[in-house]
Amino acid sequence: MPISLNPQMMRSIIMDHYENPQYKREPMDNSYKSIHMDSTNCVDDILVYVKEENGKIVDTCFTGVACTISTASTDIMCSLMIGKSVEEAEYILKQYMNMIHEENYDESVLDEAIVFMNTSKQAARIKCATIGWDGLDQILKGLE
Amino acid sequence: MFDPYKIRNDFPMFRNKTQMQGHDLVFLDNASTTFKPDSVINAVNQYLKNETSNSHRGDYDLCYNADKRIAEARQTVAKFINANEDEVVFTSGTSMSINLVAYGYAMKYLTKDDEILLTEAEHASNVLPWFKVSEITGCKISYIPLTKEGRLTLENVKKSIGSATKIISIAQVTNVLGYITDVKSIAKLAHENNILLMCDGAQSVPHMKIDVKDLDVDFLTFSGHKMCGPTGIGVLYGKYELLDKMDPVFVGGGMNAKFFMNGEVKYLNPPTKFEAGTLNIEGIYGLEAAVQYVENLGLDNIRKYEEDLRKYLISRLEGVPNIVIYNKDAESGIVTFNIKGVFAQDEATYLNSKGIACRSGQHCAKILNDFLKEVATVRCSLYFYNTREEIDYFVETLKTGGDFLDAYFA
Repeated sequence: MPISLNPQMMRSIIMDHYENPQYKREPMDNSYKSIHMDSTNCVDDILVYVKEENGKIVDTCFTGVACTISTASTDIMCSLMIGKSVEEAEYILKQYMNMIHEENYDESVLDEAIVFMNTSKQAARIKCATIGWDGLDQILKGLE
Repeated sequence: MFDPYKIRNDFPMFRNKTQMQGHDLVFLDNASTTFKPDSVINAVNQYLKNETSNSHRGDYDLCYNADKRIAEARQTVAKFINANEDEVVFTSGTSMSINLVAYGYAMKYLTKDDEILLTEAEHASNVLPWFKVSEITGCKISYIPLTKEGRLTLENVKKSIGSATKIISIAQVTNVLGYITDVKSIAKLAHENNILLMCDGAQSVPHMKIDVKDLDVDFLTFSGHKMCGPTGIGVLYGKYELLDKMDPVFVGGGMNAKFFMNGEVKYLNPPTKFEAGTLNIEGIYGLEAAVQYVENLGLDNIRKYEEDLRKYLISRLEGVPNIVIYNKDAESGIVTFNIKGVFAQDEATYLNSKGIACRSGQHCAKILNDFLKEVATVRCSLYFYNTREEIDYFVETLKTGGDFLDAYFA
């Protein structure tokens, strides 16, 4: 992790995205692609929405019931993805998944998402940290 | 003298100081499953190492021995719940047992004009099989209201039954709220109204003395692994005349007397009728050893010890800031709670990071959440091998539960 980011800051980033998720909202119109994601080992039960125009993610958001980790990780994901091309989004997704699964990753594109770098310590929660990202991944694959 | 410290030496999971996240494991998820003592492990090994053989009509000694051992295990289990031997069906566990009754009895005899009564506190395994019965027969599913604290009372059963009611299916101890239900009175009331009573004993049989004749339940189900036995083995008890009327859901080897090319089949009598295919023989050996183990400790001693331990746990939990306990007055070792401001899963993850195994979520009782008005809860469930020291450590850990994200950074 960058030296500037200590556990206290990581904690407050997660809590901020959990308590005030900016992208936990209904889609603006009915042109979004959506996917329902749920989990057998947590209460997470969310809908992920993506609006894509000309190969670019114009908007993405989510609704539903989600724990701290899934809410914060999905919210951070939305903040990273808006305005990116589908290719860029897929690259970021891959880096995030690599980080979660303790493989080499490009930290430069993950921004606040690096707060989840230690998720593998709590293996039972990997699903929570990836549920929104998996949803986005499946929507993007459906676009191809 | 009931000595949990001595008892713990019978369990390799304790004796070997099993670690979780660098701490000695504190296992408080006993409503989910339980640890196995040496005697159970040895019984399973005895079959696998020295007595392997299939059962059913073998012509050689090993097979004869397996048949004999299965019959003895059935006797042990029957005696344990005061049933007759031919009323004990070996199943894979409670879920399978309830499904056998739903498919084999209810599906056969209920019609669209009939009703099945459940409660909102039931585990999925005592809800979904009945949904299937309703789907196929068109019968109605209704819920007996719980009291404000979540208890099932005779009074509310009385108010709920009608002329259409044919089956009441309830847990003796529910897996989230943990109240002990007065099954005996409910069975009496049910029978006065020509209703069958099916009792889910998954959370009661491991913890208290059960006498099916005294309770007069029509069916009782339980799982071996929740009482120190192996996974994949459980029991369906049914009154013989009911088992006799029931259809076998699974048919095949070992459960038929003869069959002909025209499709005519003569099945064996209960309980064999319900045991198609090769049995989980090592599971049966292990289950018998588990029954003997808890009987040897004494079910009344276990009950008393757990009751005292629960009281101690509640008194200590009351000192935890921001705790909400949902079943303070329940009698069993199940305590369900939340820490205000901390999501249940996050609390459980934090406990995991300190070596404590607790369950969070909906605990397979997904319709109960409407009742509790909570998305998820944390459940601590005790067994006779838990100690006051473990509870002290658990409570002290909960007190720092507000730092739950430490689990990711520490």
